[in-house]
Amino acid sequence: MNLEGKKVTLHDMSLRDGMHPQRHQLTADQMIQVATALDAASVPLIEVTHGDGLGGASVNYGFPAASDEEYLRAVVPKMNKAKISALLIPGIGTVDHLRMAHDCGVHTIRVATHCTEADVAEQHIGLGAKMEMDTVGFLMMAHMIQPEQLLQQAKLMQGYGANCIYITDSAGYMLPDDVTARVGHLREKLDADVEVGFHGHHNMHMGIANSLAAVEAGAMRIDGSVAGMGAGAGNTPLEVFVAVLHRMGVETGVDMWKLMDIAEEIVYPLMTHKVRVDRDSLTLGYAGVYSSFLLHAKRAAEKYGLKSTDILVELGRMKTVGGQEDMIEDVALDMKKAGAAE
Amino acid sequence: MTTKVKAAIIGSGNIGTDLLYKALRSEIIEPVWMVGIDPESEGLKRAKELGLKTTADGVKGMEPHIADDKVQIAWDATSAYVHESNNELVKKYGVKMVDLTPAAIGPFCVPPVNLEEMVGRNEQNVNMVTCGGQATIPMVAAVSRVQPVEYGEIIATVSSRSAGPGTRKNIDEFTRTTAKGVEVVGGADRGKAIIIINPAEPPLMMRDTIHCLTKDAPKEKEIIESAQQMIAEVQKYVPGYTLKNGPVFDGNRVSFFMVVEGLGDFLPKYAGNLDIMTAAGLRTAELIAEEIQRAEAA
Repeated sequence: MNLEGKKVTLHDMSLRDGMHPQRHQLTADQMIQVATALDAASVPLIEVTHGDGLGGASVNYGFPAASDEEYLRAVVPKMNKAKISALLIPGIGTVDHLRMAHDCGVHTIRVATHCTEADVAEQHIGLGAKMEMDTVGFLMMAHMIQPEQLLQQAKLMQGYGANCIYITDSAGYMLPDDVTARVGHLREKLDADVEVGFHGHHNMHMGIANSLAAVEAGAMRIDGSVAGMGAGAGNTPLEVFVAVLHRMGVETGVDMWKLMDIAEEIVYPLMTHKVRVDRDSLTLGYAGVYSSFLLHAKRAAEKYGLKSTDILVELGRMKTVGGQEDMIEDVALDMKKAGAAE
Repeated sequence: MTTKVKAAIIGSGNIGTDLLYKALRSEIIEPVWMVGIDPESEGLKRAKELGLKTTADGVKGMEPHIADDKVQIAWDATSAYVHESNNELVKKYGVKMVDLTPAAIGPFCVPPVNLEEMVGRNEQNVNMVTCGGQATIPMVAAVSRVQPVEYGEIIATVSSRSAGPGTRKNIDEFTRTTAKGVEVVGGADRGKAIIIINPAEPPLMMRDTIHCLTKDAPKEKEIIESAQQMIAEVQKYVPGYTLKNGPVFDGNRVSFFMVVEGLGDFLPKYAGNLDIMTAAGLRTAELIAEEIQRAEAA
């Protein structure tokens, strides 16, 4: 693979996707510590939000240590060069949250929908574009449909005003060829001034390989997370990805050595759940299940005396989508009943 | 024998058509008009075949006939954007409005919780909140009538096929309106609503999860009893309203996992979210009709 001379914008997820393994309990001070260090390492874009996006504070997903607004007001003013992004999932967050984020100085809004449901994002993408934000459409669980179908959805988002569309491998299910086909098709068919991005999960240990495939197929933005701190087995570990890119002659503008130090000295030590490929996160990738279900399934398994991998496989069989965390306890109760009946 | 109260259905889409089939079975209401805006609409053709008068010119097309045809109740199954003007037109003729759009000009009505109160107050216009609200607010109320609920949260999951363009275009309206209904009608101090659209095939039945955080430790026995009574009330008009799991008591959290299967009148059974809306709309209109008959008899 020859990527020499390509340029990639890296986007750190540790303070948003990383909220999942931390059960949304990162403090504003921890966020400031990580974000200022990433800024000093020249990471250009850093996401700061509840794991499930603006307005995610809930029984269903978990109540965070601080509100989205408190996190954003803490972090944004501390940035020298880096820009801050926020995630918004319509159905959970609303345009009111978007206005708040904009008021806090958020630069990039990423509006996320299940990959077949882009039309619920019209209001939010439209408003982001109108407020002249860097407005991104984020197609989640993109492994579930084919490149042609993804393109239709991407075109809707493009039509609403998104200037960048992401292929999001929320389940960490994709293999490199899956990424190549999807990113490549979007790159070929979307307007030339609309960027394509890729967001990976490391559940099958494909984060790096998939992100490279995405760059080769024309993606300009790649998500990763310092120390891989993200849902499931985490996101593409950013310091590793940078090292690989630099070896391949790809420009990132990021200071690899500083990034390694942040992973080692700041992020690993603060992890309350050690993010890694274990049997549960591997099951997510194998069965195509939304990565943030991981800890919820572990908790339900413990509470009801079940095997968490069984719960996850059942959630995959049911074709659950992102946000359906409420199904986890429901499925566990069903399995417990079925077990008692045997 | 008293004559049935005459009613008009405004909106000839899926909701209006499903409502029509249900209303035709009513012993107290007779649907006489269906109002649409598209002469080619399947819903209008169907209504005509079923013996209703129809117009494709909106409420204005029906207006000259409202008094002569003795229309006393109207359902609006169009959209929030046009509801207000629809309401203004029929209001002049003393027509009572049951609003199935998210416009919410009138007070929220969730039949097993506050329908009698609404009818007692003789409101001209009542609003049916949202499909998710109809499916979940009764359960929040079932807890809050036992003890104070500091926070009520609902997660409604509907199949892609049952989420129409109106819902999709303004999904924030759903989350805001439902959350407000959880507070105002459900009785929670604070409300939160989440909607998930799932494209799985075959389409999934509507699923609703209700979480209540009670102020003090939940009174389990009373809550279970209250919930059973409430479910029985909803089942009177939506027989497929079922508690699948729960209530789960976990500290101060009380959770219910519901499935809503529709009657399958016009809409498929999985679209319990739409069915519960039309069924609640009919139930509301029937109670209003009873009140009209009572007033006329007096």
